[in-house]
Amino acid sequence: MLYALKIATRYLTASKAQTALLVLGVAVGVFIFIFMSALIGGLAEFILSRTVGDISHVTITAEDSDPAVLIRPDGQVLAVTERGHARTATLADAATFIPLIETVPGVITVSPQITGAGFLTRGAQVAQVSVSGLEPGRESAILDLDGYTTQGSARLGSGLIVLGETLADDLSLRLGQTLRLQSSGGVSTVLTLSGIYNTGNGMIDASSTYVSLSTARTLFALPQGVTRIEIKLGDLNAADATALRIRALTGLDAVPWTDGAEQLMEALNAQAQTGYFLKSFALITIVIGVASALLLSTYRRRPEIGIMRAMGAGRGFVIFVFVTQGALIGLMGGLSGAALGYLALLPFPSRDAFEVGTLPMDITQGSYGLAITLTVIGAILASILPARAAARVDPVTAIGQ
Amino acid sequence: MTALLEVSDLVKTFGTGEAETRVLRGLSLTLEKGEMAALLGPSGSGKSTLLTILGTLMKPTSGHYTMLGQDLVAADDRALTEFRNCHIGFVFQFHNLLPDFTALENVVFPTAVRMGRETPAALQRGRELLTRMGLEARIDFPSANLSGGQKQRVAVARALMNQPELVLADEPTGNLDRASATQVMDLIAEINRDEGTTFLISTHDEKIAGLCRRKIVVGDGVVTG
Repeated sequence: MLYALKIATRYLTASKAQTALLVLGVAVGVFIFIFMSALIGGLAEFILSRTVGDISHVTITAEDSDPAVLIRPDGQVLAVTERGHARTATLADAATFIPLIETVPGVITVSPQITGAGFLTRGAQVAQVSVSGLEPGRESAILDLDGYTTQGSARLGSGLIVLGETLADDLSLRLGQTLRLQSSGGVSTVLTLSGIYNTGNGMIDASSTYVSLSTARTLFALPQGVTRIEIKLGDLNAADATALRIRALTGLDAVPWTDGAEQLMEALNAQAQTGYFLKSFALITIVIGVASALLLSTYRRRPEIGIMRAMGAGRGFVIFVFVTQGALIGLMGGLSGAALGYLALLPFPSRDAFEVGTLPMDITQGSYGLAITLTVIGAILASILPARAAARVDPVTAIGQ
Repeated sequence: MTALLEVSDLVKTFGTGEAETRVLRGLSLTLEKGEMAALLGPSGSGKSTLLTILGTLMKPTSGHYTMLGQDLVAADDRALTEFRNCHIGFVFQFHNLLPDFTALENVVFPTAVRMGRETPAALQRGRELLTRMGLEARIDFPSANLSGGQKQRVAVARALMNQPELVLADEPTGNLDRASATQVMDLIAEINRDEGTTFLISTHDEKIAGLCRRKIVVGDGVVTG
């Protein structure tokens, strides 16, 4: 139907100002669509990076063994071993699994840890803290300790401890001072404060301490294995699938960060839904705009449609002419709007460099292809009503106008 | 000569009930191939309605209409559109060209719409027709920029584009000055004589009617002479 395309193009170029306004209207709708996609997507990225960027995306913790029951053949229970409160479950074979987990696609870093609770004592002052034993050299694998360190160094070693600014203030600690850390199992050791960090998270800054893995082994009396493996992924959203894969690969209980983050997920979903609504409204505006403009065009060109019908143009041909006009308007408006949207998003900082005080726009999440495709489809759908109206024009009445 | 078309007992009414108007009241007519006939009659006699029905743009309320052996009353819209495109040409009083297209594009429209594109052969024939109409210097002019007489000659060329057996002309010179009217009628007579195309020309002008070999007079919805 090259000829119908030619006529459609001629009709659009014959009324340049009207067509330009129509394309501009569509482009503005597409621009809003792209802007909203980039804003909603960027905002979600921003929120996720701020909330779960510094936590483990998939976590493997040792499972406590079930209470053991010794039963006689006649069914009488002879002995029961209850779950101990002070004992810590361990991943004894962590060393075997870690290289395996590191090969899973999407895994960036794996951090074996020994974690537990303890008391920090400095003179007469005592604070309850959580203790994480990390592998030296992998201090920033999960929480960016290096980046958050404000005093000293995040580098962990034998006899060293790193803790948060709030905790240091509470205990009036300065770099290089010694303090005593006693684990929940009753083992205590004297450590030197080698680094102070400030994550901005009050809970972490006030109660989390970091020691080397070997120090943690001593504190928690674990000669081998670890209590926890934390895994960081390239794509936060792949946590569920990656956790499943690790579970299948190792048989360990890998838990994605989304477990227990229902409220955050709900908030993000609500935000995404809002975005869908706004984008839908933009599309509806485009459809109404194209439909009304083409209806006006149909009315204005009634005599010409009548002439074409009299000269042997079928109803299908007339429909094709008007639907093609709709598609062309959608395509031109879609491309212009996408280009405008891209240019408007260029000045915003990239997703990796969001700054406080600026909109967290993500230029990569503009949904340009989707915006153009939906606009063309929308414009085609919008043109069907005018096209059908045009095809129903009675040539005798139209020519007589 | 053999019959090109035959209509019999043609009735056409508009409206219903008390508002019903019977425009054609059992009209019968035969046109032979190669005829050049004038359709005469006072306003409201049914001339335009008859031309519209013969052009397959409207169906009669009742009666029979066959052309080239095809029953055009029973045919559906798609078949009528194809038939009209291949066998019938129109010349309207107000030329009715497509204003956003050039003279040549207007002329080749009936062929292009059937072929789906403007073929080189169609463009060649279009140029030849416009040259024959004395418009070789206006071939690529936008039709909106042509004079009234030039537009009407483009309309005649367009009507002839698909080499139709029948050309229906409704007051083709009614909107032209005397010189242009004569020029258009001379062309129509020449084509009728050279190519044997049948013309049925509705007119009030006795001079125009005088150029036709046959005069069909319509009065009160029937052929009266």
